[in-house]
Amino acid sequence: MGRHRNNATILSILSMGLGQIYNRQFIKGLLFLIFEAFGIFYFVNNLKDALWGIVTLGETPRTLVKGTWVDGDHSIFIMIQSLITLIFFAIFLIIYVMNIRDARKIGIEREAGKTPHNFVQSVRYMLDYKFAQAFLTIPAIGILFFTVMPIIFMVMLAFTNYSAPDHIPPTKLVDWVGFQTFKNLVALKTWSHTFYGVLIWTIIWAILSTVTTYFGGLLVALLINQKGIRFKGVWRTILILPYAIPQIISLLVMRNMFNGQFGPINQYLGYFGIGQIPWLTDPTIAKVTVILVNMWVGIPVSMLLILGVLTTIPKDMYEAAEVDGATGFQKFKIVTMPMVLFTTAPTLITQFAGNINNFNAIFLLTGGDPVKGDYQYAGATDLLVTWLYKLTLNQNKYNMASAIGIIIFIIIASFSIYNYRRTKSFKEEDMIQ
Amino acid sequence: MSGRKARNTIRLTASYIMLVILCIAAVYPALWIILGSVRPGKSLYSKTLLPESFTLDHYRELFTSDTYLFGQWYMNTLKIAICSMLLGVLLTLLTSYAMSRFRFRGRKNSLSILLVLGMFPGFMSMIAIYLLLREFQLLDTHLALIIVYAAGAPIGGTFIAKGFLDTIPRSLDEAARIDGASNFRIFWQIILPLSKPMLTYMALTQFVGPWVDFIFAKLILRSKENWTLAVGMWDMVSSNQNTNFTLFAAGAVLIALPITILFMFLQRLLVDGLTSGASKG
Repeated sequence: MGRHRNNATILSILSMGLGQIYNRQFIKGLLFLIFEAFGIFYFVNNLKDALWGIVTLGETPRTLVKGTWVDGDHSIFIMIQSLITLIFFAIFLIIYVMNIRDARKIGIEREAGKTPHNFVQSVRYMLDYKFAQAFLTIPAIGILFFTVMPIIFMVMLAFTNYSAPDHIPPTKLVDWVGFQTFKNLVALKTWSHTFYGVLIWTIIWAILSTVTTYFGGLLVALLINQKGIRFKGVWRTILILPYAIPQIISLLVMRNMFNGQFGPINQYLGYFGIGQIPWLTDPTIAKVTVILVNMWVGIPVSMLLILGVLTTIPKDMYEAAEVDGATGFQKFKIVTMPMVLFTTAPTLITQFAGNINNFNAIFLLTGGDPVKGDYQYAGATDLLVTWLYKLTLNQNKYNMASAIGIIIFIIIASFSIYNYRRTKSFKEEDMIQ
Repeated sequence: MSGRKARNTIRLTASYIMLVILCIAAVYPALWIILGSVRPGKSLYSKTLLPESFTLDHYRELFTSDTYLFGQWYMNTLKIAICSMLLGVLLTLLTSYAMSRFRFRGRKNSLSILLVLGMFPGFMSMIAIYLLLREFQLLDTHLALIIVYAAGAPIGGTFIAKGFLDTIPRSLDEAARIDGASNFRIFWQIILPLSKPMLTYMALTQFVGPWVDFIFAKLILRSKENWTLAVGMWDMVSSNQNTNFTLFAAGAVLIALPITILFMFLQRLLVDGLTSGASKG
């Protein structure tokens, strides 16, 4: 009793694949063994360095010895190499555990008198019953290396002093500093002033841009959807144009149109005797401009969405309201608005979260300018995300940028998770659809 | 009764006037840039909207000059966009198929993880991806861009695609399974044909991504002959936008045109894609 399961388990703990071979699954066992051989070969060479690297981040910088540079440790390369090795190690351990589990499971089946699958049967079994898990490993590996690993890396950076001018490899080393970066960001006067200023503008921007595009879209949709308006499709097709033009082009074009000196907008205003308005160079006016331009970009999407919802509202609801003697406005208030809001509420929150991160609208239009003298590398229209961009690519203040990134993530994650839960409750209610 | 009719006429007239104004506002920038691109000279300023004479010199210059390799950039962009579109759509579709049709341990958690991952600002990962590609010696290659775009595709697309696949009745694939079809066969012969609208939507968004990405592509592609359109465009803007506006206009038209035409043709599908992703989560 229990003989097969214990033997198989112990053998596969000793070395991958032994349990499977004990279970007479030779090909599978052999594959596991080969895998382990490769793994051990790789980790013997790399694991110790990786652990050393992740703890110390390098010990000797590049130094000048008798007029020539002698290469030392490049902290950031060491960090990413260590991280990659450790991720490989984690995958290795997971597969190891799976191997033990598999051996044990088959051992139990053997005790129950079943013959273990041969290799072909195992493959078939996997494709039929474990298809999802087997298949999902491909996207999972892609996501692991191109999304998860970078995120871990950047979170780690936030806890180091990797920033210009004093801690840029290869001539200098980078060290762990704990929460110092976050402390500086919220408490050190020079940084915190910029941080709170940019944060407040980011939130104002997100609220205003979401509200303006949403209600703008609603108005346009209602306008088109009125009884008696002809050529509805034509209007919709024309009005959708701003959405169809790639933002990189439309926003750069807008930047030229709002050009204070030569742009056509000031030119036309000039015909009406209105002087030159510094659309993009005055801090306050620039904020208004970006919101206006964002309306131009964003209203078509909301319009499309709401037009779609409007067609799903059952006609009899309006008829019932008419029988009760409702006026046009009452019909809108009692029937249209609740139905539209109910269906589009999740999108509204998604758009809000998206606007917090709306890099294009700001970067392509104003580049965050006009510059504010008392800000650290930020301008009047900079959002957190464009500030992050500037800190990373122009100023090389990587640790600060990472800390800001984490904060943006926390803000957006809280909204989105709230939203996600709501959508699920929507689904369970099944009121609409 | 006539009072009501009059009010109706006023309302409709006002609405038509509003719509016309909105349409002018929507179309004007596009018109302005197109007319700007065929205007002789270099300046941003022009007295009238309609130029006095037309010229195609700026377009010619883009394709023949030594500083702007527009023909080359077009081919690069097309190559990257098509490859990453195919790969990205395949990955997304299979991921959402697995998420929608199979019930396995960790499924809900994987979905939540996907959702959370989508919330990190993209620039946060840029540096790390740059270093990673450097480790694999893939810098300045198109392959790097294709891999990164395609690998990122499931994060954004899975939710929308899953929402769509959930609407395809499960009884269809159950019937096929009873007839002995394998998972792959069900996928190819039942799910794929039925999800054409979703496929188009995803393909379009995947195709547009590389077309407009100027930040990540700029970081990875160092040599000029490897650039994509967006990188070239951005370079043109940041180096001499004000000195040569009409050339910028011609470039802008060339980049925007294919995407805009695609969007206009597929707008119906876009609505479906947007709404199915929105209401079903």
